Amino acid sequence: MHHFIDRRANPKGKSLGNRQRFLRRARENIKERVDQSVRGKSIQSGSGVPDEGEKVTIPTRGLKEPRFFHSSKGGMRRHVLPGNKDFVVGDTIKRPQGGAGQGGRQASEDGDGEDEFSFTLTQEEYLEILFEGLELPDLVEKATVETETIGTRRAGLTTAGTPNNLNLVRTMRNSLGRRIALQRPTTKSQRELEEQIAELEALDERTPPQEEFLEALRKRLEGIIRKRKVVGYIDPLDLRYDTFVPEKIRNSRAVVFCLMDVSGSMQEREKDLAKRFFLLLHLFLERCYEHTELVFVRHTHHAQEVDEETFFYARETGGTIVSTALEKMKEIIEERYPPDEWNIYGAQASDGENFGNDSVRCKNLLLNDLLPVSQFYAYVEIVDEAAEMLLNNPEAGEDLWQNYREVKAQAKHFEMQRVSQPGHIYPIFREFFLPKVKGIQHAGS
Amino acid sequence: MQAAEKAREPLFDGPEWTFELMEKARDAIEEIALEDLGLDVYPNQIEIISAEQMLDAYSCVGLPLMYQHWSFGKHFARDEALYRTGRQGLAYEIVINSNPCISYNMEENTMAMQTLVMAHAAFGHNHFFKNNYLFQQWTDAAGIHDYLAFAKNYIAACEERYGPMAVEEVLDAAHAMQSQGVFRYGRPPKPTNEELVAMQKVREGYESGQSVLDIWTDSTLGRDKLELVEDADYSARRKMMNLPQENILYFLEKHSPVLEPWQCEILRIVRMLAQYLYPQKQTKVMNEGCATFVHYYIINKLHEQGQITQGAYMEMLHSHTNVVMQPEYDDPRYSGINPYALGFAMMQDIRRICQDPTDEDREWFPDFAGNPDWRGVLRDAWANYRDESFIQQFLSPNLIRKFKLFTLTNDAELPNLVVSQIHNRAGYKAIRRDLAKQYDLAYLEPDIQVTDADLRGDRELKLTHTVRDGIHLDEDDQEEVLKHLRRLWGYDVRLDAVEATTES
Repeated sequence: MHHFIDRRANPKGKSLGNRQRFLRRARENIKERVDQSVRGKSIQSGSGVPDEGEKVTIPTRGLKEPRFFHSSKGGMRRHVLPGNKDFVVGDTIKRPQGGAGQGGRQASEDGDGEDEFSFTLTQEEYLEILFEGLELPDLVEKATVETETIGTRRAGLTTAGTPNNLNLVRTMRNSLGRRIALQRPTTKSQRELEEQIAELEALDERTPPQEEFLEALRKRLEGIIRKRKVVGYIDPLDLRYDTFVPEKIRNSRAVVFCLMDVSGSMQEREKDLAKRFFLLLHLFLERCYEHTELVFVRHTHHAQEVDEETFFYARETGGTIVSTALEKMKEIIEERYPPDEWNIYGAQASDGENFGNDSVRCKNLLLNDLLPVSQFYAYVEIVDEAAEMLLNNPEAGEDLWQNYREVKAQAKHFEMQRVSQPGHIYPIFREFFLPKVKGIQHAGS
Repeated sequence: MQAAEKAREPLFDGPEWTFELMEKARDAIEEIALEDLGLDVYPNQIEIISAEQMLDAYSCVGLPLMYQHWSFGKHFARDEALYRTGRQGLAYEIVINSNPCISYNMEENTMAMQTLVMAHAAFGHNHFFKNNYLFQQWTDAAGIHDYLAFAKNYIAACEERYGPMAVEEVLDAAHAMQSQGVFRYGRPPKPTNEELVAMQKVREGYESGQSVLDIWTDSTLGRDKLELVEDADYSARRKMMNLPQENILYFLEKHSPVLEPWQCEILRIVRMLAQYLYPQKQTKVMNEGCATFVHYYIINKLHEQGQITQGAYMEMLHSHTNVVMQPEYDDPRYSGINPYALGFAMMQDIRRICQDPTDEDREWFPDFAGNPDWRGVLRDAWANYRDESFIQQFLSPNLIRKFKLFTLTNDAELPNLVVSQIHNRAGYKAIRRDLAKQYDLAYLEPDIQVTDADLRGDRELKLTHTVRDGIHLDEDDQEEVLKHLRRLWGYDVRLDAVEATTES
């Protein structure tokens, strides 16, 4: 009849369905706040999206559950209250401010009177909303490529092989064992014998016992030499070779190069847009790779590797030579990030200005040096909000844009877009990754 | 007997609980509950749950199974945020009016708390659910699990077939009228046999095909009948549609010209659950009072018998005292009258009046003052009253003095609030009446009824809000709810406010 049930082990997340419905419902509100929170964030891992989730406070509009209930104002009400101290009948009390009276709170069911609603989004949910529409899980698999290098791995010992793979230690150990077992005379004993013989032979006159002894020694020496010949120092039986098997090695490390023009023409707005783009790329890649690093390279007419703070907030003056940044990136790759160990991603933001004929140089650098070692390279050009003509016409543009267009024609993993406001960032991000998926699908079919 | 009781060993020692210890404690509690107090309970099913599961249960109005809806996710998120930041603790238990009676106990509870909680929920609330007339008449404790399972599956099937958004729209609208989805006074007209058969078919066939959906719809049935009375006048129409109708969801389910059968079934689910939960809203003070009285009696008995240690007893009393604390009106912690405090005090008071009546008690409660069977008096009260009538009947001058109750009149016409009654001889009756009224749901919740809908004419749904004491509806929310209502009705909806003719 009566019984106890231990429910603690029941599957968790019974209300997951409700949560998903709630998030869908509140999507608009949440997205607004998530977007705001991105703006104020550093893009370095750790400080970006906390692992335990992100607390968001959203307005309750759209989340109200309206009910018929009595207004808290007007009418005639009686409240029975406990704790009368010194009131007598007929005493008057000032109406509490707002005129709500004590009945007010009770009437608003579920605390719907609140304007704001706080709760915690998990990291997954946070990113999902941030990358809305990107259908991340699917895309991630297809869009990011882990480089594979063919490496070799030791696979034990064999008795046959090429001399360069000879495992000396093992071979010598076998040899020693065999020599001990077969009692191979040592060089030392042979040498001692030979010395003794030489001593005796050196005598001018030998007594008969000496003669006999010498003869015996010579016989022993002969035996030793013969045995040493028969029992070789190293026998083919002793030989051991290392074997190696080829193996694919997956690299799960990625480095993101953030390249940005910081010359005077890049203002707060431009930098903010660039930052969002870098942040998205980093967050996106962080989900795909075990380990991601960020390298910040800023440039004017010369390029520098800097920390994030300096990257986004320090001011610099000078001309604009884009290729210096690309050179710098190449240099850093050579120094620190061998392409067979790292997945290299490049992200470049600029306002499109460049010095003289430097753009051709950029094109060549990209095509010859950087793109061959990169997984993906994205270029965003931040244009004036008024420059709608540019936004709508990919063919128009300055030198750098034109040259990059040529790069794009030749390299599949190079993408370029123009943005003028934060709203553009997500869509172009999606565009960057979608064509790639299509490409792979085509290749597969 | 006395000697045997003295000889009893403590049931447990130390804070950790185990299933064996709980079983032992449950048996000891049961002995007192059934043999001493004479309680009558459903079989118990006591489930141990984690904090997260408790939050789950919170969000779904305490029901073990619930269909899915975003608002439950919202409540979960809010409760979770409050809980994680430490601004809100969790209940020690949740108990469900079902047969067997399910109670959820938190795993964090100490053994002493588990014992207290079992006495409170598995016996106190359980007895109340099984014996109170409202629960007996309006809820089907044995069938609720099956019904919840049906509701969950049905709504999931609807989501699959018509899309989650379409289902959400209906649920949102139905939820908005939850409080107007119960029968307060009369039973609904019994469904006719053909309706029952058709309803069964709809339920069985909710995945099997359209054909069944064509057989029966409330609207077609309604329309057919209306055709018979084609030239019916207003009063015939009212008779046909059971007007005026207080249960708006019921009315829409039966007469909405635009709702599909599956949508009607969803309205039905929402109003069935609202009706199932309605008695709990009507008996907060009594239900908690009964459970608190039972646990208090039982732990004291156990302590007398030496079955719980001094330490455990102190822990239970500490928790009990917190639960029945009533801050005064000017205390920052004050947030209305604590149903535990009032309920417990009233139960204790009834026992006192039976055992040790004063002259005043004899004058006020001639029926039971001095009645040696206080257990019987309490059981009778638990069985036959709801909060409003219980307070009206049993609140004694003694308690009014103890709580120092006073009535504050808030008349919007006057500049100030007026103290109209205090705890003196002249005020007892009035305070008792005023307090009872505070627990009358029919008074607390707006009285809104469907008064007319001319399906042959303009098809406008007419609602009437009977305004009492000049208290109108909150306008913002009213508009929102009416929008939902229009969606369900398909045509215009009008809500008129009418002053009540008799001042209550």
